[in-house]
Amino acid sequence: MTTRQANRPLSPHLGVYRWQISNTLSIFHRLTGVAMSLGALVLTGWIVSIAAGPDAYLDLVDALGSPPGVLALAGWTLCFFYHLCNGVRHLFWDAGKGFEIPEARRSGIMVVVTSTLLTLVFWIAILAGRWS
Amino acid sequence: MGFRSPLGRALGLGSARSGFAHWWGQRLSAAALVPLGLWFMVSVMGLPSTDYWAVSAWAGSPLHAVLLVLLLASLLYHSNLGLRVVIEDYVHGATKVVTLVLVQFLHMLLAVAGVYAIVALSAGGQ
Repeated sequence: MTTRQANRPLSPHLGVYRWQISNTLSIFHRLTGVAMSLGALVLTGWIVSIAAGPDAYLDLVDALGSPPGVLALAGWTLCFFYHLCNGVRHLFWDAGKGFEIPEARRSGIMVVVTSTLLTLVFWIAILAGRWS
Repeated sequence: MGFRSPLGRALGLGSARSGFAHWWGQRLSAAALVPLGLWFMVSVMGLPSTDYWAVSAWAGSPLHAVLLVLLLASLLYHSNLGLRVVIEDYVHGATKVVTLVLVQFLHMLLAVAGVYAIVALSAGGQ
């Protein structure tokens, strides 16, 4: 069984591809998705803590307000906007649009720029609200 | 004539007619998460503070409670489908089955706990 499997052709592995924008963005889509699954755990924990009462809520908010907590929240924000923008790009592909290489490259750059800008706008709005 | 393997032709079996469900469910929940995710971000951005009473009033108000339930349901459904593909790609053998079952259970647990908390907040009048 093992020897027969060893002789069968393998599907192309990550290691054989040259890094370029299309496959890099595709891998980031998956990475940001996995990171946000962890974020969904924290989001649900946040909602449950509100229902559990002020003590549980404040413990979680304090943890999220610590430097590592803020770093994680900032990371999840970037993951969210990236996965959102690139997800919309995927939905256009599913509809059969934007497959040409120059188009795909352009939409990829648009995704990176837009998600970075949205993350910055989000955090500037949050911080401005806190200290106004 | 077509792409069927000789074995497939001999057995005369078609597809199980279920392969489309995962793909479609992923797209449908993605489409739902575009407005729901953006609403959540904008709504959280608009919260005056992280004060307990402000946040619990926000989460418990009828409109926000309904939107939060929809958000959690689509998010956890989408996350479960996504993680399933990742696990199927990188985990093999018995570990794969165990991981898939655990991930599925965890998503169900989170969904039920989250929805219960929102209903309790909304009905309990914290």
